[in-house]
Amino acid sequence: MTAGARPLGPRPRGRARQRLRRLWRDYLNPSRGGTGRETRSGRVIHLALFLSAALSAFVTVGIVLVLIFQTVEFFQEVPFGDFFGSTTWAPLFLDQSFGVWALVAGTVLVAAIALSVAIPLGLLAAIFMSEYAPPRLHAVLKPALEVLAGIPTVVYGYFALLFVSPITREIFPEVGVFNALSAGIVMGIMIIPMISSLSEDAFAAVPAALREGAYALGATRMETALRVVLPAALSGVVASVILAASRAIGETMIVTIAAGANPHFTLNPLEAVQTMTAFIVQISLGDTPAGSLEFKTLFAVAMTLFVLTLVMNIAAQYVRSRFREAYE
Amino acid sequence: MSDAAPMSVEGEWRPKVALRIWIGRLFVGACVLAIVVSLLLLGALIIDVALDGAARLFNLPTILDVGFLTNFPSRFPARAGVYAGVIGTLYMMALTAAIAFPLGVGAAIYLEEYARPNWFLRFIQINISNLAGVPSIVYGLLGLQLFVRTMELERSVLAAALTMALLVMPIIIVSAQESLRAVPPSMREGAYALGATRWQMVRHSVLPYALGGMMTGNILAMSRAIGETAPLIIVGALTFVAFLPQDPLDPYTVLPIQIFNWISRPQADFQQVAAAGILLLLIMLLVMNSAAIVLRQRTRVRW
Repeated sequence: MTAGARPLGPRPRGRARQRLRRLWRDYLNPSRGGTGRETRSGRVIHLALFLSAALSAFVTVGIVLVLIFQTVEFFQEVPFGDFFGSTTWAPLFLDQSFGVWALVAGTVLVAAIALSVAIPLGLLAAIFMSEYAPPRLHAVLKPALEVLAGIPTVVYGYFALLFVSPITREIFPEVGVFNALSAGIVMGIMIIPMISSLSEDAFAAVPAALREGAYALGATRMETALRVVLPAALSGVVASVILAASRAIGETMIVTIAAGANPHFTLNPLEAVQTMTAFIVQISLGDTPAGSLEFKTLFAVAMTLFVLTLVMNIAAQYVRSRFREAYE
Repeated sequence: MSDAAPMSVEGEWRPKVALRIWIGRLFVGACVLAIVVSLLLLGALIIDVALDGAARLFNLPTILDVGFLTNFPSRFPARAGVYAGVIGTLYMMALTAAIAFPLGVGAAIYLEEYARPNWFLRFIQINISNLAGVPSIVYGLLGLQLFVRTMELERSVLAAALTMALLVMPIIIVSAQESLRAVPPSMREGAYALGATRWQMVRHSVLPYALGGMMTGNILAMSRAIGETAPLIIVGALTFVAFLPQDPLDPYTVLPIQIFNWISRPQADFQQVAAAGILLLLIMLLVMNSAAIVLRQRTRVRW
């Protein structure tokens, strides 16, 4: 559709409407009779199936609307600058303060600890499974690691609070029961399979000819894996790390149980912190009447969380498609 | 690359093969260590929970502690049980599956068999993969505003099941699409050649072969739903319920919420109760995943 093909003057109006009408006439209208691609009952089924597929779009719209609606109301009471311009988070105190950076710092801190556990373990596991493991071992290892992703997060919370935290306190005696380190480590365990499975898929997509070329040049297996296969699969690996990070940021129960409820702006892993998700749970557990400022705060924080994870998910898709090394 | 090339700067050939092979062995060792550590952590988790909870769950030496499985929650750790939680979980899961499975499968059939490859299909596909990445707690807030408040379902099993259905729908759609894609095009062409309409083709030549995979995906989606805690806290699962839900509009509690509540209490005895609950939850998950694996083996079609 080139611009030059259109005669000068106003754009023909109602094109979108025409398309919608054609869509209705040709595909959706259940009462359409006569000759066509489908019978009458077939079109009813077609419409029902279409609506179930369209439901996913409505869910997205619903999420965005619900979040935006309450967030706008929140910003009518709390100035934008207070939310993004302060590092003190105390919405429940008499002397209220809404500096979301305290929650963001807690979230990023726990996620960073999780990634520093999960990236080395997950990547090495992926390299082993794709480059070294014989098929039969591979068939056992991959599902075994994926069990880690299937364990409910409330179970991980228990593990963090009653198994990892006591060990942490043995090593650092001054640390409290609730600390970012224990929660982060356990969250790292949880996201290992995201990194290992997705990265391994990326490694498996690298053609064998590249490996054989490296061997022919005299490279060892490790050199082949790290200098040929890893760079060739880098887009998939980076995407898996971004997705794991997004998962870590949105995770709720581990941090609610084990990281504490102490929002302050710190990057010290030995302190108790509060993440965005843990704050949402804290408010929801109490009796917060709809329409109150606390209630709206919930949605403003959730909006921040939603935008953050959405940007990361889109970034992962972009990295994977944009920087993919395409082999025929 | 050049700095590590097996040639020295002077151009003298010095491949250092023995050294490089040794470094390679160390590297394999590190890789194996990574996997072993990951699996050991998994083992530590399961053993930790089993040690803490088995005594309570199975009330050794008698085989099953009837009290734990049949008691309602209690202020006293010795009398606390998971009856309300287990029944609530089963109730919610049944409703969730009844809502999410038809809608998810319908969406997958539309996307695979009906939709033409245009912007709408691309948009829906991208949308579904993004929905799968939305934190579960955000679904909780959607459920709170949409089902609990706007539709006035209050703190009911139905509100929880609807929220959970939206949450697991992307998983069901994606797995159903994969099982539809696994049916070869020749099946569809054969049906058309016999004069079938599109729906007859889908109903008789595609669905029977894809149904096994769809059911497997459904079970896996349910095993995600059974452990979800955060969205149910938001839509108002109660923590202390001394009755069973009679109809879908009744208040309820679920097993993970009970576990969360017990973990949050300071008494060590309640943490033992929590461990027993976790053990029960893990056993339920194990049963579901085994069922999924068996189903996948049984219904696999070789083309």
